[in-house]
Amino acid sequence: MKQYVIIGNGVAAAGCIEGIRSADSESRIVVISEEKHPVYCRPLISYYLEGKTDLQKMKYRRDDYYEKMGCEVLYGKKAVKIDKDAKTVILEDGPAIPYDAVCVAAGSAPFVPPLAGLESVKNKFSFMTIDDTLALEAAVTPDSSVLIIGAGLIGLKCAEGLKERVADITVCDLADRVLSSILDTECASMMQKHLEQNGIRFLLGDSAERFEGNTAFMKSGRTVSFDVLVLAVGVRANTTLVSDAGGQVNRGILVSEHMETTIPDVYAAGDCTEGEDISFGQKRVLAILPNAYMQGQCAGVNMAGGEAAFDKAIPMNSIGFFGMHAMTAGSYFGENEGGALYEEKTENTLKRLFTRNGLLTGFILIGHTDRAGIYTALIREKTPLDAVNFELLKKNTTLAAFSRESRINKLGGAV
Amino acid sequence: MKRIYVNEQWCLGCHLCEYNCAFANSGETNMAKALKGKPIFPRIRVDGDESINFAVSCRHCKEPLCVKSCISGALSSKDGAICIDHNKCVGCLTCILVCPYGALSQGEHGAVQKCELCLENSCGEPACVKGCPNRAIVYEER
Repeated sequence: MKQYVIIGNGVAAAGCIEGIRSADSESRIVVISEEKHPVYCRPLISYYLEGKTDLQKMKYRRDDYYEKMGCEVLYGKKAVKIDKDAKTVILEDGPAIPYDAVCVAAGSAPFVPPLAGLESVKNKFSFMTIDDTLALEAAVTPDSSVLIIGAGLIGLKCAEGLKERVADITVCDLADRVLSSILDTECASMMQKHLEQNGIRFLLGDSAERFEGNTAFMKSGRTVSFDVLVLAVGVRANTTLVSDAGGQVNRGILVSEHMETTIPDVYAAGDCTEGEDISFGQKRVLAILPNAYMQGQCAGVNMAGGEAAFDKAIPMNSIGFFGMHAMTAGSYFGENEGGALYEEKTENTLKRLFTRNGLLTGFILIGHTDRAGIYTALIREKTPLDAVNFELLKKNTTLAAFSRESRINKLGGAV
Repeated sequence: MKRIYVNEQWCLGCHLCEYNCAFANSGETNMAKALKGKPIFPRIRVDGDESINFAVSCRHCKEPLCVKSCISGALSSKDGAICIDHNKCVGCLTCILVCPYGALSQGEHGAVQKCELCLENSCGEPACVKGCPNRAIVYEER
């Protein structure tokens, strides 16, 4: 009988548990959970503020999950070291937990830049966890003015979640556009307009230089008064457990397609890792939930002696704000990088398909997103576009654009 | 496991399956009352072009990307059938972003809907199969 240890208790950990159990129903699994909650749907914290879900529904798995999976969960415990020679994980409060294989699914932590006077701000919050969310919820009133630093996915989802609960919201970002990690300039401006129409105020290309109590002094010279400050500048992968143990890390823990780190019997999965983005052809941190689950599951299978590879990772996001939905996937190469663009546009919808070297490498869809997965599959599977009727696919996500043989494969048997 | 398959050479593109599906999942006992004069939200959809038609519904994949990608834990596999808990779904549409078949769609009230093989309604057997006039849609083990 073996003992598997999982550091972290998010979705990557759940994937890992399920991967292990698909190959080994007997051995012990110990989960080290810094948060005092069973695994929950982290991206739903903004939906919680919006009243679209509740704490019970946000649970990722059923209440008897760990029991059924035969896991021991150590809540409120922090792993501080991996001793690769003794093959133990050492907890902050002392004990060393032996492992045959360990998975680091430690996630990421909010990055808070050194801002002058930040310590003088009383009501300041990150927006990453249930506990952050409950604290933020307790701090806002219908009269609150909220300043959110960061116009990325986290900051803007926070803005949407808070909108009906506070008086006004200002979002600032050093970047000159919203959602700069997933939208290009024109798509970002379309989304920004929609957010503004829904009452969110923006200060873009501007950043807070210093704080004095409830006032932010911006680089541009403007001042912003607020009651509540949300810091959503960005996140950093939690890599130190592996780097301290001598494993290779870059911006994330480097993993192979089997989710192995460079240390034997030490695996990693989820937001703390850097794996191959096949749409880009380079290693990248892909901090999205689907990758976390799939990496975790892959790690789990391999830890338990099975064979699994996860070699189809691409960035992808499906995200809506106030009824306008955007889906993005892959990488967008400009003309100077050998890329080509197909575009359709109306006042409220936009489609951009990015191709290069006979492959679809990325897309941005705003508004009309039906059956977008047919495009995503072209990127993930690296389907040569000359094998499909791409002229038809550009206009319409239809399986009629595939050859009869490939369609019969897709629809005619168990897949 | 039994799944729903379409034999595309027999599909007439009549769209009856869409109406039978929407009716079976409406909870109504009268088809006219359930569907007449309203937009319908079927979980099967006739796809195709001028030369070929075929009805597409969930493949109930063995390695379901939708379940693995679901950010709300609403999608799950029950004995191989992929089911959705409409109560947990927040309508983020990530499943639509990842399904290679285009088999999920947003329902009337925002949550995602998909074929559950008529296991969750009172139909007893897949309504699309039962009502297909040319027996192009079948429910069988392959």
